[in-house]
Amino acid sequence: MEIGLIFLAIMLASLIGWLLKQTINTQPWVAEGVDEASYQAPYNARPKTVALATLLAVITSFFALIVSAYSLRMELGDWVPLTEPQLLWTNTAVLVLASIAFQWTRSAARSANEQRVKTGLVITGMLTTAFLIGQYIAWLQLSAAGHLVTTNPADAFFYLLTGIHALHILGGMYVWARATKRAFAGSDSVEESIQLCAVYWHFLLVVWLVLFGLMLST
Amino acid sequence: MSYVAIADRDHEEEHHDPQTFITKYVWSQDHKVIAIQYGCTAIFVGLIALALSAMMRLQLGFPDTFSFINPENYYQFITMHGMIMVIYLLTALFLGGFGNYLIPLMIGSRDMVFPYLNMLSYWVYLLSVIILIASFFVPGGATGAGWTLYPPQAIMQGTPGIDLGIILMLASLGVFIVAFTMGGLNYVTTVLQARCKGMTLMRMPLSIWGIFMATILGLLAFPALLVSAIMMMLDKTIMTSFFMPAISSMGADPGYTGGSPILFQHLFWFFGHPEVYIVALPAFGIVSDLLSTHARKNIFGYRMMVWAIIAIGGLSFIVWAHHMYVSGMNPYFGFFFATTTLIIAVPTALKVYNWVLTLWEGNIHLRTPMLFAIGFIFTFIHGGLTGLFLGNVTIDLPLSDTYFVVAHFHMVMGVSPILVVFGAIYHWWPKITGKMYNETLGKWHFWMTFLGTYAIYLPMHYLGFAGVPRRYFAMGNTDFLPDSAQDLNAAITISALFVAATQILFFINVFISLRNGKKADPNPWDATSLEWQTPDTPPKHGNWGHDLPECHRWAYDYSVPGYDDDFIPQNVPADIAPAGRDHGGEH
Amino acid sequence: MPFAVVLILLVVGSIIFHVLSPWWFTPLASNWAMVDVTMDITFYVTGLVFVAVNLFMAYCVIKFRYKKEARATYEPENTKLENWLTFLTAIGVAAMLTPGLLVWANFVNVPDEAHVVEAVGQQWHWTYRYPGEDGKFGEVDAERISDDNPFGIDPDDPNGQDDVLVYNPEAHLPVDRPVKFLLRSKDVLHNFTVTEFRVKMDLVPGTDTFLWLTPTVEGRFEVLCEELCGIAHHTMRGAVIVEQQEDFESWLAQQPTWAENSARAAGNAQIGAAQYGVCAACHGQEGEGMQALNAPKLAGQSEWYLRKQILNYQNGARGAHQDDVYGKQMAPMANTLADAAAIDNVIAHIQTMPDNPAEQTIEGDVDNGKQLYRVCAYCHADEAQGVRAMNAPRMAGMSDWYLKRQLENYQTEIRGQHPTDFYGFQMSLMARTLYGEQDIDDLIAYINTL
Ligand code: HEA
Ligand code: HEA
Ligand code: HEC
Ligand code: CUA
Ligand SMILES: [Cu+2]
Repeated sequence: MEIGLIFLAIMLASLIGWLLKQTINTQPWVAEGVDEASYQAPYNARPKTVALATLLAVITSFFALIVSAYSLRMELGDWVPLTEPQLLWTNTAVLVLASIAFQWTRSAARSANEQRVKTGLVITGMLTTAFLIGQYIAWLQLSAAGHLVTTNPADAFFYLLTGIHALHILGGMYVWARATKRAFAGSDSVEESIQLCAVYWHFLLVVWLVLFGLMLST
Repeated sequence: MSYVAIADRDHEEEHHDPQTFITKYVWSQDHKVIAIQYGCTAIFVGLIALALSAMMRLQLGFPDTFSFINPENYYQFITMHGMIMVIYLLTALFLGGFGNYLIPLMIGSRDMVFPYLNMLSYWVYLLSVIILIASFFVPGGATGAGWTLYPPQAIMQGTPGIDLGIILMLASLGVFIVAFTMGGLNYVTTVLQARCKGMTLMRMPLSIWGIFMATILGLLAFPALLVSAIMMMLDKTIMTSFFMPAISSMGADPGYTGGSPILFQHLFWFFGHPEVYIVALPAFGIVSDLLSTHARKNIFGYRMMVWAIIAIGGLSFIVWAHHMYVSGMNPYFGFFFATTTLIIAVPTALKVYNWVLTLWEGNIHLRTPMLFAIGFIFTFIHGGLTGLFLGNVTIDLPLSDTYFVVAHFHMVMGVSPILVVFGAIYHWWPKITGKMYNETLGKWHFWMTFLGTYAIYLPMHYLGFAGVPRRYFAMGNTDFLPDSAQDLNAAITISALFVAATQILFFINVFISLRNGKKADPNPWDATSLEWQTPDTPPKHGNWGHDLPECHRWAYDYSVPGYDDDFIPQNVPADIAPAGRDHGGEH
Repeated sequence: MPFAVVLILLVVGSIIFHVLSPWWFTPLASNWAMVDVTMDITFYVTGLVFVAVNLFMAYCVIKFRYKKEARATYEPENTKLENWLTFLTAIGVAAMLTPGLLVWANFVNVPDEAHVVEAVGQQWHWTYRYPGEDGKFGEVDAERISDDNPFGIDPDDPNGQDDVLVYNPEAHLPVDRPVKFLLRSKDVLHNFTVTEFRVKMDLVPGTDTFLWLTPTVEGRFEVLCEELCGIAHHTMRGAVIVEQQEDFESWLAQQPTWAENSARAAGNAQIGAAQYGVCAACHGQEGEGMQALNAPKLAGQSEWYLRKQILNYQNGARGAHQDDVYGKQMAPMANTLADAAAIDNVIAHIQTMPDNPAEQTIEGDVDNGKQLYRVCAYCHADEAQGVRAMNAPRMAGMSDWYLKRQLENYQTEIRGQHPTDFYGFQMSLMARTLYGEQDIDDLIAYINTL
């Protein structure tokens, strides 16, 4: 549970730090406490960004807890370390590329280059799909090698972690698909979607690197 | 972009202005309608849980009398009772119900930021409720593992519902978490992004603070439940061994190896303890507003109250193992968790003091909502103090898993927030429906609920002292218990049935008010916060008519010296009525 | 005004209830007096706060209730007051926490001189293991658990040979000697609680947990399971008997060790046949039972159950109740079996008898019976064939009129209330989930179909 705790400490510290930056320490009953003239309602009003940030916090909490469960379960006697399929390295590389591609798409969207946006979206989608297929092949390889979900807790965790990570990617793909559809329909309001998707992709890349690192090191 | 764009967005776009009955009341994206949907569903399942508690009490008070209660369904009853009350009633009602209704109105927004997501959240919640209720009717029945669902027992021989019951329960929890996350993202984003002009964080009413913090706790804590539900589901369905050690169950080997049941308990309580504050914080917030409004006095120590909410929220994540003192975890953890647990009493104590000090030198109207609010303080103090017994690791040794624990958490969770729920419903009833309720009926309802529940829960502590374990279908003959313990149990049952029956008063009141209620004044309590300043009562879609309100002061300008009225609404500009300090309200 | 008065009355009433309540901690029987002291300190601190805050609140409600001409004071905050209150609360918290942590430190450190007893929990009964002469326990393993090795002891482990096994829920302890209970569960979570000892701890399958205490009072104390472990959680009772060292030692010497258990010779059916002559008069030559003489069918009943019941008759756990007309007839008969070997022999003979289903004498609504049987199936198994691990006997194909009478005996507390009849007590709690004769008939009619 230490990992869960550390994660929380960070979450709460940033929350409190952020609150301190707000008007939280003023005496609200004193009129001078607030500079009303300069007070334009909260920030530059980007609800989707805020919502995404919150969602990422929730997902981080989720993964942090699985990881703490992993580390607790690992300490029990019957843990047989798993040799991860080599394929995972390739998959990791593909996912990194997907992230880079999204970043490229993002800058294209910022400079309103429609053609590059379309290309970028397609490439990202293909790379991400390749990653998912790669993960699936890794599953097949493992189970062919006799590592079934129930063989050992290390195996079970492998399937669990990769599976849940893949589900999160699929969730992202849904948003990606909608953005792509709109981009090809010529809509010009895809920039925000692409922004958010790119952040989400980077985030899932980091999550994957952490999970992969964890599995490699144990 | 300026603030108008977001807070006012719906008004400009009008893209989901409801046209037909269906879009207005069923597939509605209006936060007020969604709030009412959430509220009614939650109360409906709450009534089921109440009926279950009546059945449990019948068995405990009069064992060997009712043939429709056997050990199997008794354990199903307590499990479903606990689970429904905590999660499907209180969490849903406070956040989905009150959160939805109050957040946009109190911070001066037209709606939630993502109305579609909000609507989805309700329907997904309804789905989770349906799955939950379905588990009663599947072969083998609902799970009887206790609301804590501890493995191995939750999925092992000897417990009812180990086939479909537990699977549906875990599925329902998963779906609920999805619904909650959708709602939660909305509440957080709305509070952060859609406040009207001038509504700084520190000007928000405490109700919003409580709901906001509870939502954050929920967003961070529910994943723990989700993780444990997923892993237990895998243990159950495909025989992984996350939580399941090698065991011999009823003479047979089920085939698990090496897992850790304690791991589940850590995950569960990592969720479970914050959960109790998810239920408590909105109640804390709402009760502060009720007290202040009806005592005609500013809430005492607002800043301290906000900080206490944040501190309680933060601390609630590092006390979870106080539920596990006698669980067989490393006993040295006891030192740490006992200390953190008792520390959490300090910010909570401050809140209590500030509520009481708000009454001091107030001008107290004892209307129904106020009665409920003061009743809450009384029961909460009682329940909180018994929490200190349990938190002090040594005293938990004799008392853990006895009726003392049951008494503690009913005092603090089974009645205190429920009193706030009722108080809040009476308080905002005129705004929600535009009708007045019947004050006399309301008062009767209060007296019977308040005194009746105290008569249920106070004696339970003493059963616990004497050593009656919780989750016992029957005590049988024992040497260490006096026979009178059974009489006490019977008395508790009678009060419980009485209290359950008196809830009818509430529904009569609702019914009469809806049919023949007097038309309500837009601001019958002379309250300051924004929801009372809407142009229409009940507020129309979009809440604010043409212009969004502007906020010029905190929500507690009651009885400001030098100003004639004893309240100044938040949207009254400073040049008409300057905020308190300028008029010498110094202390 | 009435509101404030009620608040005051509630405070006063709570105190009166507390003072007059006969429901209070059971008399202490261990060294954990400090637990009670900590509890008292907490009671005073919290009691004070409870009274003070509530009376203050009641005072406010009286003093500052609504008056038309009155006006509330405007007072956003008072930092000094708040600091004082924080400070006082912190002192109160410290006053409770300090003794609490000190006692806990005591609890987690087991004294070296403590002797060790292992309490083993399973659904839904207790058994115990003492380490024997060498003071060491043999290795145990959940995978080895079977009907013949209910503790799962490693047969090759030399430490385990002299382990003393108590296969019933009654443990004995010497008075005034610290004891460390090692807690082990075979299946699910349980919790070892003796109310008079004040301490408790969960049993967690897969790990050993512990608690320690020094019993200070001689006598018999009830053991309860206080962690939900399935539908018969409330029937999982046992006892601890605290006695003088000598008595304890002589008791311990009578208990079988693992080595003795595994070396025990099987009964001799031939010798048993001779002894069975006495029994045959009532139970019939073939053990088929005779309703006219109120003697149930024996053939086909499991040997462990028969043995337990004969022992129950011998030591008065059965057949001693004044209203137990038929049991009183059986008790002297059981006493004709002189020793354990005699019992084994008779049982071995009974095992050789042909197992024909007993005549069915009871009719009822099978569907209702099926519904009622759901609970029974947890222990007696779906086909009512009995489960040894649960100590639950076979019922299918046995004398149905006898089953009915036993259920009535359980319900009327003729059977199952003797202090040493633990499994009977368990069953008597279960028998009370049946209401009226019709239920019993329906149920037995259903068992007859199995
Ligand atoms: C709304 C819900 C709620 C709230 C707010 C609390 C609040 C607290 N709870 Fe409770 N608790 C539950 C709901 C809640 N609890 C539930 C549901 C369970 C059982 C779950 C299960 O097992 O099924 C439980 C169980 C539980 C246990 C586990 C018992 C066991 O299983 O053995 C413990 C142990 O530490 C505990 C402690 C506390 C403490 C210290 C507080 C504190 O936060 C209380 C703080 C409040 C006060 C202290 C009162 C106000 C203060 C003053 C008036 C001044 C104080 C002055 C001095 C201290 C000098 N609770
Ligand atoms: C919010 C939580 C909540 C509430 C309100 C209640 C209400 C009640 N509870 Fe329960 N209870 C739990 C949470 C709650 N409980 C939990 C978590 C457990 C543990 C389960 C487990 O061990 O696994 C438990 C267990 C539990 C037990 C222990 C069973 C056992 O261990 O063997 C008992 C025994 O008497 C009991 C009794 C009652 C009674 C008589 C009522 C009430 O009937 C009290 C009187 C009625 C009211 C106070 C009115 C409430 C009204 C509504 C709920 C209706 C809907 C709301 C509106 C109209 C707004 N409950
Ligand atoms: C918790 C486990 C459990 C459950 C549940 C249970 N029993 Fe039993 N039953 C036992 C045990 C143990 C005994 C043996 C008692 C003894 O050793 O004296 C027993 C004995 C009996 C006997 C006496 C048999 C004899 O030959 O002496 C009958 C009859 C009986 N059970 C019927 C039932 C019925 C009917 C139900 C359902 C209502 C039921 N049992 C539920 C554990 C259980
Ligand atoms: Cu064993 Cu409860
Ligand atoms: Cu807690």
